Amino acid sequence: MTATIERGSATAPVTPATPPPTPVRKPGKKPTSFLGSSNGKKVVMAVTGAIMVSFLVLHMLGNLKIFAGRESFNEYAHWLRTLLEPFVPYRTVLTLLEIGLVAAVVLHMWAAISLARRAHKARPVKYVAKKSQATGYATHIMRWGGVTIVIFLVWHLLDLTFGVVNPKGFDSLPADRMIAGFDPTRWWVTLFYVVAVVMVGLHLRHGLWSMFQTLGWAAKRYQVLKPAAALLSAVLVVGFLAPPLAIMIGIVK
Amino acid sequence: MNLTLNVWRQKGPEDAGRMVKYKVKDVSPDMSFLEMLDVLNERLILDGDDPIAFDHDCREGICGMCGMVINGVAHGEQVATTTCQLHMRHFEDGATITIEPWRAAPFPVVKDLVVDRSAFDRIIQAGGFISVPAGSAPDAHSVPVRKDDADAAFDAATCIGCGACVAACPNGSASLFTAAKITHLSLLPQGQPERLSRAKAMVEQMDAEGFGGCTNTGECTAVCPKGIPLDTIAKMNADFLKAN
Repeated sequence: MTATIERGSATAPVTPATPPPTPVRKPGKKPTSFLGSSNGKKVVMAVTGAIMVSFLVLHMLGNLKIFAGRESFNEYAHWLRTLLEPFVPYRTVLTLLEIGLVAAVVLHMWAAISLARRAHKARPVKYVAKKSQATGYATHIMRWGGVTIVIFLVWHLLDLTFGVVNPKGFDSLPADRMIAGFDPTRWWVTLFYVVAVVMVGLHLRHGLWSMFQTLGWAAKRYQVLKPAAALLSAVLVVGFLAPPLAIMIGIVK
Repeated sequence: MNLTLNVWRQKGPEDAGRMVKYKVKDVSPDMSFLEMLDVLNERLILDGDDPIAFDHDCREGICGMCGMVINGVAHGEQVATTTCQLHMRHFEDGATITIEPWRAAPFPVVKDLVVDRSAFDRIIQAGGFISVPAGSAPDAHSVPVRKDDADAAFDAATCIGCGACVAACPNGSASLFTAAKITHLSLLPQGQPERLSRAKAMVEQMDAEGFGGCTNTGECTAVCPKGIPLDTIAKMNADFLKAN
């Protein structure tokens, strides 16, 4: 077997015959706290993610009340605000839940940004060629998907919570805002909503399973939890898409 | 086979480095990837050039020394194979092959395709051992181990510490390596006394070395020449949580 090699058009420069310098590495500083560690931040991601998913499940069930009629939906909205009355003032429970949710969103974002920066630092020189070998589209859009969801959230609150960009305005009944918001003439709003909900679904598909993995539950139940995460994500997507689509095609009036 | 190689050349740790193109003619399809590089290097030496530095040792896929990113995939696209066990028959004649070193801040390039993986050694030093009085080997059946645990521990223990997981991870995380080392001890009776302190110490050392965090993308396990499963990371996370 003979093999000949032609010199390439460009050749590497020759180094002088000095022994290769041993790279000197400073011993890294140990993280001082649980929250400072990468695993600790992942736990923050998982726990805050779980809080937000629990909220989404309740939110989805609440939305589905629109199929029982406007009154049922409005009653539910009123009930949320008068929970535990007269022991506590109007809107106490809801406000507390809202504070908890905002805290979860902020902590989730803090952990994500901090981990992303850490990941960026861990690979200062990028590959010329890099091919993904893992399957799954959802995995690759977690960070930008999260940003998209935040942008959607701002619009969503302005539309259906504060009524700023809603045809019915703030001083209206929740069901009226919802039905007017997804009116066929505002099809682009519904389209934006559909895209965002699908993004949430993809985010959860990886996020939920990732949560099981981070909390160490996936160790023995890998085969069960991965499809379970996908199933719950799919249920949430269908549950959130049903009311706006039903309104748009006129099933709910 | 005639090939065009795009190889990362870097004179030393301080050099910026660049991709350099080489043409390689009459490569036998039976050559391993490293043999193909050997042939190129012999030619470079005859021409008075600097041969391409790359790590290698056993060349039978068990030592963990070799490793390079071939066409964007750690150890090349063949599944569960180290670079030394990858053969040229898997490439097409006339192909252009891009070869890069592992890319991670904790793995600084020493020269060309050689990176310093001492960070892995320091993770092991932090807790990847059991503190028992050594003596002569005990009888194999003196400590009973469940078959499932023995199998899973063995699977984890097949990790050769090549660093492909870090190279493939979009976050430059060493979680699969660290998890494999933690799991193969945590599943066995001998590993129990230091189980939690080990997980904590090794994860903290992994962070201190500057590796990124795990986002469960599964890129690591997809390129791992030993197919270490992703659930080892879940086991590591569980022990780390218990230790805190």
